[in-house]
Amino acid sequence: MRGRNSPGFVHKGVSRLPDRALLLMAALIYIFLYAPILVLMVFSFNEARSTQVWEGFSTRWYVALWNDQSVLDAFYNSLIVGGTSTIVATAIGTLTALALTRYRFRGKSFADSTIYAATVMPEIVVGVSLLAFFVAVGFGLGLTTIIIAHVAFNISFVTIVVRARLSGMDESIEEAAQDLGANPVTTFLRVTLPLILPGVMAGALLAFTLSFDDFVITFFVAGVGSSTLPLKIYSMIKFGVSPVINALSTVILVATMILILGGSRFFMGKEDR
Amino acid sequence: MGEKGKGWSLGLAALLGPAAFWLGVFFLLPLLLILAYSFGTSGIYGGLTLGFNPSNYLKVFDPLYLEITVRTLVIAFINTLLCLALGYPLAYFIALRGGRWKTALLILVMVPFWTSLLIRAYAWVVILGGNGIANRTLQFLGITDGPISLIFTPQAVLMGMVYSYLPFMILPLYATLERFDTSLKEAAHDLGAGRWHAFWRVTFPLSMPGVIAGSILVFIPSAGEFVIPNLLGGSQTVLLGNLIQQQFLNARDWAFGSALAVMLAVLLLGAIMFYVRRIGTEKLGGV
Repeated sequence: MRGRNSPGFVHKGVSRLPDRALLLMAALIYIFLYAPILVLMVFSFNEARSTQVWEGFSTRWYVALWNDQSVLDAFYNSLIVGGTSTIVATAIGTLTALALTRYRFRGKSFADSTIYAATVMPEIVVGVSLLAFFVAVGFGLGLTTIIIAHVAFNISFVTIVVRARLSGMDESIEEAAQDLGANPVTTFLRVTLPLILPGVMAGALLAFTLSFDDFVITFFVAGVGSSTLPLKIYSMIKFGVSPVINALSTVILVATMILILGGSRFFMGKEDR
Repeated sequence: MGEKGKGWSLGLAALLGPAAFWLGVFFLLPLLLILAYSFGTSGIYGGLTLGFNPSNYLKVFDPLYLEITVRTLVIAFINTLLCLALGYPLAYFIALRGGRWKTALLILVMVPFWTSLLIRAYAWVVILGGNGIANRTLQFLGITDGPISLIFTPQAVLMGMVYSYLPFMILPLYATLERFDTSLKEAAHDLGAGRWHAFWRVTFPLSMPGVIAGSILVFIPSAGEFVIPNLLGGSQTVLLGNLIQQQFLNARDWAFGSALAVMLAVLLLGAIMFYVRRIGTEKLGGV
């Protein structure tokens, strides 16, 4: 079974066949991941109203998408919700991460558990409980309730990401700053924040993506007139499949790819420093 | 800030206050509210009176609803297994055979991961639909004569779920396998262990933190899923998520809906705690 005996070759010799099988499996799984997306993109250029039968090339669905005011409105709403909730959640989450890494206090394990529970709680449970809460206190549903809900689930994610960065940080630099007479606020702004900034940025990026993509929680806390992009896409699919949805999906997919490529360049560049 | 604070202080209160307020009022309080509602009684016209009425929880065991709960857990479980079966080879390939393509291969997994779940579910609505590619391929191959109903079946729901959640499995698996010290496997080989033997006795056990983290990330959302069954399952494949949604938005039986939501949360968080206790939190920390 084992052809060669010199140490350097043993494992390569042993695993040649499985390596081919592994390569084939990996290729098939990538095809599985991308084929449906590609089909979606191709049919966004279909001449006909069908998303299933190809009848020729056309960009008319992109024109239709561009002229659809309700899609643009939903997009603006998503930007407002994503931007606002990201800023608020990133600020709160960063402070929380500082509290959890720099202090020991009674109730800390409860605080920890609450933060983790918020990340693993099924979205539908969070959604219906917030709906029940807003109705009970008489808070009208709309963009405000969506933002409140998004901040609530984003705080935990930002806290976890920033905390990972903080726990790897050398605290003696902060102590040195204080020994040199800097007050806690100055120390934070001039020493701590620049050091944890990559973590804060990563947390903010994650928060914005989660907010921009969220459907389930938003579905329950959105009022009648306040649709975000995912809600709009959902109602379009429910209303009837049309190449306009394919066009919108294609735009979102391409934007996502550009952001990921740009983002990975940014973060990889930081690592290399 | 430099000194390690012990006990409560003004600085700590200022740092922790905003999160305590937000998570207290907009996360914990709503959960307590539906816990209270779950013991209430729904009026015929949608009102709700609080009290201590266990009948909502007993209703969960009504055969009609029990079937939905069981179906939900079975689908979520099969989904997790399928994601593991497909995700493990790919994560292994990227982490240990990726070479200089590692980053590119990883980004290819992340693109669908960051893409809206709705769009990915929609892709399958189109593919499995009446005149979609799946049906036309089956007819072309002569397996079927005319369009058959592929969509609105439990299999379609499962297909959409595996497709949507596969990246959630691959990424944590990759994170553990990437740190895997291949010399351990080589040692096993040198000691005479065969390929499979070395894999199952050395590599796989050491990748357990990734397996557990990935399984949690897949199982939890798929057990609470209601978008995918809504789009791909139709009325045939109602899952717990759909049932909860119906109770809150259509039937307006908030007491029963709350009981279902509480049950789902307790079930899933219980499962996580069970797993985390067994594997130890410190092993999960890095994932």
